[in-house]
Amino acid sequence: MLKVENLRKSFGDFEAVKGITFSVKKGEVLGFLGPNGAGKSTTMRMITGFLPPTSGTAVICGHDISADPVAAKACIGYLPESAPSYRAMTVEDFLTFCAKVRGFKGADVKAKVDAVIEKARLTSVRRQTIETLSKGYRQRTCFAQAVIHDPPVLIMDEPTDGLDPNQKFVVRQMIKEMSADKAIIISTHILEEVDAVCTRALIIADGEIKADGTPDALRAKDPSGKLDVVFRKLTMKEEK
Amino acid sequence: MCPCSKDGQTCGCRNVRTIFAREFKSYFDSPVAYVFLVAFLVLIGFLTFGVAMFYERRQADLTPFFFWHPWVYLLLVPAATMGLWAEERRNGTIELLLTLPITLGQALIGKFLAAWAFIGIALALTVPIVFTAGWLGSPDYGAVFCGYVGSFFLAGAATAVGVFASSLSRSQVIGFVVALALTFLLLIIGFDPVVNAVANWGVPTAIVNGVAECSLLRHFDAMRRGVLDFADIGYYIGVIVFMLAAARVVTDSRKAS
Repeated sequence: MLKVENLRKSFGDFEAVKGITFSVKKGEVLGFLGPNGAGKSTTMRMITGFLPPTSGTAVICGHDISADPVAAKACIGYLPESAPSYRAMTVEDFLTFCAKVRGFKGADVKAKVDAVIEKARLTSVRRQTIETLSKGYRQRTCFAQAVIHDPPVLIMDEPTDGLDPNQKFVVRQMIKEMSADKAIIISTHILEEVDAVCTRALIIADGEIKADGTPDALRAKDPSGKLDVVFRKLTMKEEK
Repeated sequence: MCPCSKDGQTCGCRNVRTIFAREFKSYFDSPVAYVFLVAFLVLIGFLTFGVAMFYERRQADLTPFFFWHPWVYLLLVPAATMGLWAEERRNGTIELLLTLPITLGQALIGKFLAAWAFIGIALALTVPIVFTAGWLGSPDYGAVFCGYVGSFFLAGAATAVGVFASSLSRSQVIGFVVALALTFLLLIIGFDPVVNAVANWGVPTAIVNGVAECSLLRHFDAMRRGVLDFADIGYYIGVIVFMLAAARVVTDSRKAS
């Protein structure tokens, strides 16, 4: 469903992403692991069409993000880092706007908004303006806009960052509920997330893929069998 | 049905309309819109009646009213446009907006039209001044109509300058100041006292006039006196297209910063 081919991004002399290639199939939840500044967000921004790649490309459901960005973007749901949203709008108005931009019309708009409000557990705050909401609700509102059109590919940049344990649990629960019929990418630097939701993980550091495999396969890379030790071994030496 | 609609895909006009509606409504989501409208009307009223001595002239025409429009736009249009892109950057919503299945051009046009329509409402609220003139005498309604058309297009050009200025950074203050400076420059190069002063320095008349022809003011002058020339409207449309194209280039190349 999602194919990333030799994706590179340079900012001036600095090469943030140095040729990343991978693919994600339906039903897979791929964890993007890496220290801060590893190139996770930059990669996601290129896949979602926000940043143009310096070279390489991403193909989403057969649509090349550089050649046919609008069709490719229509297949993606994206939750950017820090979950931005139009804060002066109410949850309902914001999601209605997103549904309309996603191409829904008439009664469909309301049906989609109602359904996603229920799915993201936002019913109690649907008429509140987003700026009055707690971080957990804001995160879920942005999550709701990402899944309102039931996209085949879902990309989330640190979806549980800064949430309390209960809120994290709810977000992970929602991800699991949807994972069967979607290709999902989640970036994180929280290793417990991998065991909680991911079926496969990529470890990225310094703009390159350092390891790719199931959580168990990654664990097996070190005699200790601990994911955090493997993670440190693969990413620390690059930092020096 | 929109002509650009394709099977299974949302069409461009619809996207522009959706962006427009959100942006236009967002003006009224905060008190800013009302403060803006009141400031606009108070300023126009004060300049027309207080400074230009509308009553004392004992003529039922709206020349003194239209005379002030460019200068009121100079001050207030940047205030209405400064947040259009700067706010998107500051809140990070630009990443959301530009990863939706729309093009940057559609987002840009939607935002521009929303700001222009908002200024249009402010302009429409000045209509009681026409009634005042009509009650006092018999103004030339054709000239008044021309004045309004000219003023609306002038506002459109100033709005496009503001959209461009707002796309430059995440700071609304920069958006405001750059819009103010650019609009001021585009006005002043056609302002008669300035044009005459420059001509007196010995600058060739052809150059002085050529530069003055690029001014937002020059093209409004004829219209506010009641001469509706499509070349003038074409000029404003040209400024709008140019400024939006520039804003598109800037936004595209700096969206992550």
